[in-house]
Amino acid sequence: MKKLLIGNQAVAAGLHDGGLGVVSSYPGTPSTEITEFLSKYDDLHSEWAPNEKVACEVAFGASLAGARSTCAMKHVGLNVAADPLFTLSYTGVNGGMVICVADDPAMHSSQNEQDSRHYAIASKVPMLEPADSQEAYTFARSAFELSEKYDTPVILRMCTRIAHSQSVVMLQDAIPAVLKDYEKNPQKYIMMPGNAIKRHPFVEERTLKLQQLAENCIYNTVEYGTNDEFGIITSGCSYQYVKEVFGDSVSVLKIGMPNPLPVDTIKDFAAKVKKLYVIEELDPIIENHVKSLGIEVVGKEMFSILGEFSQKTIADAFGIKAKESVCADSPVPNRPPMMCAGCPHRGMFYTLAKNKITVHGDIGCYTLGAVPPLNALDTTLCMGASISGLHGFNAARGSETEGKSVAVIGDSTFMHSGMTGLVNVAYNATNSTVIILDNSITGMTGHQQNPTTGYNIKGEVAAKVNLEALCHALGINRVRVVDPYNLKECETALKEELSVAEPSVIISRRPCVLLKSVKLSPSLNVQADKCKSCKRCMGLGCPAISMKDGKAKIDNTLCVGCGVCQQLCAFDAIV
Amino acid sequence: MKTTNVMIVGVGGQGSLLASKLLGRLLIDEGYDVKVSEVHGMSQRGGSVVTYVRFGDKVYSPIITEGEADFIISFEKLEAARYAKYLNKDGLIVVNTQQIDPMPVIIGAAEYPENVLEELTAKGLNVQAFDALTLAEQAGSSKAVNIVLMGKVAKQFGISYDKWITAIENTVAPKFIEMNKKAFDLGYNS
Repeated sequence: MKKLLIGNQAVAAGLHDGGLGVVSSYPGTPSTEITEFLSKYDDLHSEWAPNEKVACEVAFGASLAGARSTCAMKHVGLNVAADPLFTLSYTGVNGGMVICVADDPAMHSSQNEQDSRHYAIASKVPMLEPADSQEAYTFARSAFELSEKYDTPVILRMCTRIAHSQSVVMLQDAIPAVLKDYEKNPQKYIMMPGNAIKRHPFVEERTLKLQQLAENCIYNTVEYGTNDEFGIITSGCSYQYVKEVFGDSVSVLKIGMPNPLPVDTIKDFAAKVKKLYVIEELDPIIENHVKSLGIEVVGKEMFSILGEFSQKTIADAFGIKAKESVCADSPVPNRPPMMCAGCPHRGMFYTLAKNKITVHGDIGCYTLGAVPPLNALDTTLCMGASISGLHGFNAARGSETEGKSVAVIGDSTFMHSGMTGLVNVAYNATNSTVIILDNSITGMTGHQQNPTTGYNIKGEVAAKVNLEALCHALGINRVRVVDPYNLKECETALKEELSVAEPSVIISRRPCVLLKSVKLSPSLNVQADKCKSCKRCMGLGCPAISMKDGKAKIDNTLCVGCGVCQQLCAFDAIV
Repeated sequence: MKTTNVMIVGVGGQGSLLASKLLGRLLIDEGYDVKVSEVHGMSQRGGSVVTYVRFGDKVYSPIITEGEADFIISFEKLEAARYAKYLNKDGLIVVNTQQIDPMPVIIGAAEYPENVLEELTAKGLNVQAFDALTLAEQAGSSKAVNIVLMGKVAKQFGISYDKWITAIENTVAPKFIEMNKKAFDLGYNS
């Protein structure tokens, strides 16, 4: 059956059709849709885990039980799951296990541009990398057999352009999921020194076998072109750009298995072309391997380590004339992403900015509190770092900052890795104030349920974490809830909690305005005769409010009637 | 045949993903090789968004670069200006004249280039501008701008009217089918 699928949906279809039994993941762009599509199948167990480490360990447990299993995450999620990954390489698997990881060259929706291939090399685990949706399907489906045959987890590496591009896929019949027998095997599965020391040689032998496989497998392919002047070794989406520019004229070695890399295949290919190039996004992994074989190659001196490529990147590098185009003379203002009209985070960020608070930020929609005009954040590092970072900041500066600094963290991010930081605040006693921005959903990645929402991945009613009780249990005595649509309430709570000599938590609670369950209020309007053009409402950075002909104006197609701007207007001009 | 390149550009939240989904499905049914590259995640939050649709006998790259687009369908005026350099010299750019101020304009750090479409026309680009928002509101919802725009460009891709209507019926939620069909017609006949 021929279908047009985004890469992530093709991965989901491939995993399902390859006999998947259990999937556990934490959402993260550009990986989220793999698990969302898997959750639509009723013949497997799917779940959102609180973080990627939990997800990876769930997948390990399912594999141990004999099921084919998977977990999916973004590149930085693999940092969180790295602990189980490195030792999973030693234990190997029972049912096949695939770890899907999606890199984000150009950082469309990420805080760094790390290259996940380093993890495959460091953990000595095979990695596959598809170049379109068809390969995403085929590679994902075949990865279980690879995993079981070589007794290893397999990493399937996606990149944004493959994950979020639709292309044509021919689907095959699904293999029914089977549960292999579970037998207790302490030497293989209990990784204490006496056992692990015997598993390490197994890992090294496995790598040698996988290297042999790399010489002759469906993943690495050679296409000889009509022109033998030069040849290109490439992988993933870079392959598509190379073909777009050179068509069938150039010889191409496409690497679909970036770890372990082949040796003889590369030597043979290099011998047949006069000049050799490696074209790969991010780090020079293939290039360094080729150089280690003593082969002369051109790579990063022509193709950047930074960002993502396109056909233009390659055409420009080879001196091919750019296509003609024209552009407007007027400067075109940027359109950066921003918090939506009616976003419940806005009221709290306005309060923090107004009071000139030092704000330790975290990962989610509320990272957008950093942009003008609010400019409310001081730092954003990684999931959970807001709370632990604030504690360190206050440990260093004491009462000088304790009354003027907060951490802000979303409900889902708090579940992911905020709880341990909060325990540390209580246990090691700084007078830190933590604000949990509870919008009742995992927002930025497109509305996934989490343990605080009361629903599971299928939308069924599930156990619901009580954030107030949880914070109390973690050792925080002062926990209060505010409505971020009420600016006065926000400011009172903030001032009180910052002034007390003990740690505290403010839960800023209101559901994301984009949730279908949220009832929106009618749009507000500015009475032009009452507006004194003071621009106070403009300080909110609400996309629905702009100045037109010297007066504030509300865009009725965007405004959802949250009323925060009304509270700011000293002239009652907004009704 | 040569690959045809279509860009759908606009502001996050305007419904460009549905438009590209509709077009992609129709093109694959016509027997073309098709690639559609979408935007998910942070940039969707009110930012500038671009979707690439490419079709032909064999399509390699999922994206379109400067000077390559045969068609640009812009959901907003400023975004038309931002991506105009992607159009090839024989290309067509269809623009909804709706104006959505980006944050730098809202806070007064930049000016909205009001006459930018006239500038592009003066430079020889084939610009077709029309008010899709008013037509969408006539159909019943400002959210139907995406379908009005698809109606406007429908004739460009050699796909019959009936197939477009069937695709709409198969893609949108049942209670919105009539409204979207009306929106499509308003664009188609404008």
